[in-house]
Amino acid sequence: MQQDMENFDFSDKLNVKELKLKNPQNLQKMNLCATIADALDIALKTDPSSVIFGEDVKFGGVFRCTQGLNEKYGTDRVFNTPLSEQGIAGFAIGLASSGANAIAEIQFADYIFPAFDQIVNEAAKYRYRSGNEFDCGKLTFRSPSGAVGHGALYHSQSPEAYFAHTPGLITVVPRSPVQAKGLLLSSIRNNNPVLFFEPKILYRIAEEEVPVEDYEIPLMKAEVLKEGTDLTIISWGTQLRQVRMAVAMAEKEFDVSCEIIDLRTIFPYDEETVLQSVKKTGKCIVTHEAPISGGFGAELAAKIQEKCFLHLEAPVRRVCGYDTPFPLVFETFYLPDRFKILEAIKETVKY
Amino acid sequence: MFCKSILKNRAFTSSANRFLVQGANRQFGAMDLINYDLFDHKFTNDMEFRSSFDKLKCFRVLDEEGNVINKDYEGSIDDQTLQKMFKTMVMMNEADVVFNQAQRQSRISFYMTQLGEEAAGVGSAAGIKDHDLIFPQYREAGAFLWRGFSIQQMAHQLTGNVHDFGKGRQMPVHYGSNKHNIVTVSSPLCTQVPQASGAGYQFRISGQDRIAVTYFGEGAASEGDFHSALNFAATLRAQTMFFCRNNMYAISTPIDDQYAGDGIAVRGIAYGMPTIRVDGNDIFAIYNACKKGREMIIKEKRPVLIEAISYRVGDHSTSDFSQRYRDEKEMLKWKELLSKFKSPIHRLENYLLKRGLVKPEDSKQYRLEALNQVRDALKNANDQKKPSIDDMFNDVYDTVMPHLEDQRKQLKEHLKKYGEKYNLDTFQGGNAFANS
Ligand SMILES: Cc1ncc(C[n+]2csc(CCOP(=O)(O)OP(=O)(O)O)c2C)c(N)n1
Repeated sequence: MQQDMENFDFSDKLNVKELKLKNPQNLQKMNLCATIADALDIALKTDPSSVIFGEDVKFGGVFRCTQGLNEKYGTDRVFNTPLSEQGIAGFAIGLASSGANAIAEIQFADYIFPAFDQIVNEAAKYRYRSGNEFDCGKLTFRSPSGAVGHGALYHSQSPEAYFAHTPGLITVVPRSPVQAKGLLLSSIRNNNPVLFFEPKILYRIAEEEVPVEDYEIPLMKAEVLKEGTDLTIISWGTQLRQVRMAVAMAEKEFDVSCEIIDLRTIFPYDEETVLQSVKKTGKCIVTHEAPISGGFGAELAAKIQEKCFLHLEAPVRRVCGYDTPFPLVFETFYLPDRFKILEAIKETVKY
Repeated sequence: MFCKSILKNRAFTSSANRFLVQGANRQFGAMDLINYDLFDHKFTNDMEFRSSFDKLKCFRVLDEEGNVINKDYEGSIDDQTLQKMFKTMVMMNEADVVFNQAQRQSRISFYMTQLGEEAAGVGSAAGIKDHDLIFPQYREAGAFLWRGFSIQQMAHQLTGNVHDFGKGRQMPVHYGSNKHNIVTVSSPLCTQVPQASGAGYQFRISGQDRIAVTYFGEGAASEGDFHSALNFAATLRAQTMFFCRNNMYAISTPIDDQYAGDGIAVRGIAYGMPTIRVDGNDIFAIYNACKKGREMIIKEKRPVLIEAISYRVGDHSTSDFSQRYRDEKEMLKWKELLSKFKSPIHRLENYLLKRGLVKPEDSKQYRLEALNQVRDALKNANDQKKPSIDDMFNDVYDTVMPHLEDQRKQLKEHLKKYGEKYNLDTFQGGNAFANS
């Protein structure tokens, strides 16, 4: 999987307007991991109330995303926690509700479940249940998620749909270094609890010129990555790479023009951009790594058929993981890879 | 019925249980025994906040050089068992070195060693009974070896081939074997610990001479599951042994970032169970503590906690590079402290040499034999096919449900068209799967 991706050009044109860049010339080549560290550095620098913590965070984190921050900002602000995700989440809520800007790391998204109660029953409902007397909006959970080629059941999951199902939470998944920096800074500065899932396979292999300055990318806003006329493909995170490779193959192989949308914020998502596109093309594929049944693709498909019914010329097609745990040696079969997407494009266009 | 007979057997005569009385009208407390001690409080005029008491000492039998310092336990392990312990630890050590290297050469995708902690897995498994049900973390491969889970079987699991009991689904070192009474390793930390409480309860209420033994690191013991597990086992009187491997690090996190109290052992006492801290590099101490602990569990019908103090010599895993957080200069500061934690293999070997149970040349020979065996096993495992692709859809439920049958069909259709894009050949019956 990694090798396929290394041979394809995924670079984006810098969207100077959206990023509201003051110094668009001032760029630095960085991978996804380094941009996360950079965004965290800016968050610590610009907001003295911000704190960063989690398992092994002090020495830089097992993925090195907090590298150098402890040395720079001290152990009160960048620290190790004992090994307990429910502890991290509850502690984070306490910090956020009492004046800090809490940025918590859950070492792997697969290990967020001990924290599920604190996130879903507490963080998500803090504002609502108190009549807005209290909130924990200054709260961000960062966590690496998704397939890596050898992660198996517990180092591969994409749990975004669980959190998208919870009113009160914002769920974000970036696709690239430039996106990650702007979206993470927006997440940290947003006044609602945000779950920020980082596609960990991209930490090292996704590298591009990233603006050095402090910039934000709006949440709840999708991005049209490529315009097209025949078919809309919606995805997020690493999976967009599979989409881009599949679209390149399809457009080379036969006469088709695909529009690609990066949802970016999974929920609450940018309905307008999604619906507008599908109304234009009349056909849609949604694709994500997580299991198909009850995945976020199901919500999108339902919304699209509800709002675009008369525009649709084919059923909304989902290309997703199977309804099995994520299996080690079968990963290549399990994943909704570019060949499965290519086939879905053919069938949907032909429909 | 059951509890009455226990009372008659005077199992509850230990001082900790002197207040246990069978309820007259009301029945409450586990085993319907009222622990009056818990209800009764004494009063004092002194306002005293307590934050400490004497630090628990580590029980040891052998010193760093393998001399018996506690003569009471001199003959506590028979010669044959001692020799088997030594051979098993040597085997474990060689396997760790070879498998770790194999990961560097991309022959396996991941590995975790038990370097320096060989005594924990081997000594504890030797001190309990083979039919006791083990709920492992991941650094207890020595217990697997002790029970006869072979190096070959390990290699099959590490390569995820068709002979792996886990059908290639999990990452390397996630061994498990029903036949050997060891529940399959699971990556999420500490989840196995309350499960061991449940199993230990089941063994008590079904009247079995069997215990559940669970292993976990001092890092994992920070999880909420750990605290529930101990409290459940103690109140519900589970036949469970909690074995903590305290190796001072959880990945990069040293113990002083993990807890501020007296380690893990003190928590066993707090939750109300007999607890001992042992020298984790002294296989004599571990064996005897486990043996005695098991006897207490069965006799007194209550859990026991053992904390073995050791040191994680190697990296956390092949994904880790520990010099980042404990470089050589840093480690010099700890030199004296760590000198107490000399390799458990070295300690047992010295003891055996003195007793003449191994000869100086034996050790080399054992190592050579072990090395060859591990290399052959790995080579053989690497030559095997991956499991059948069908196994992706099997075992999600007891039978393959219709929706999964459907998805399996979809995959076959896909592979009919795109088969050459995947390494079908490397899977058992891979081409047949695509064309069926
Ligand atoms: C719930 C959960 N959180 C985090 C992790 C990642 N992780 C794997 S091992 C480990 C450290 C465990 O340390 P410890 O329990 O002390 O055992 P040791 O590795 O030292 O033997 C961590 C944080 C995990 N596997 N599961």
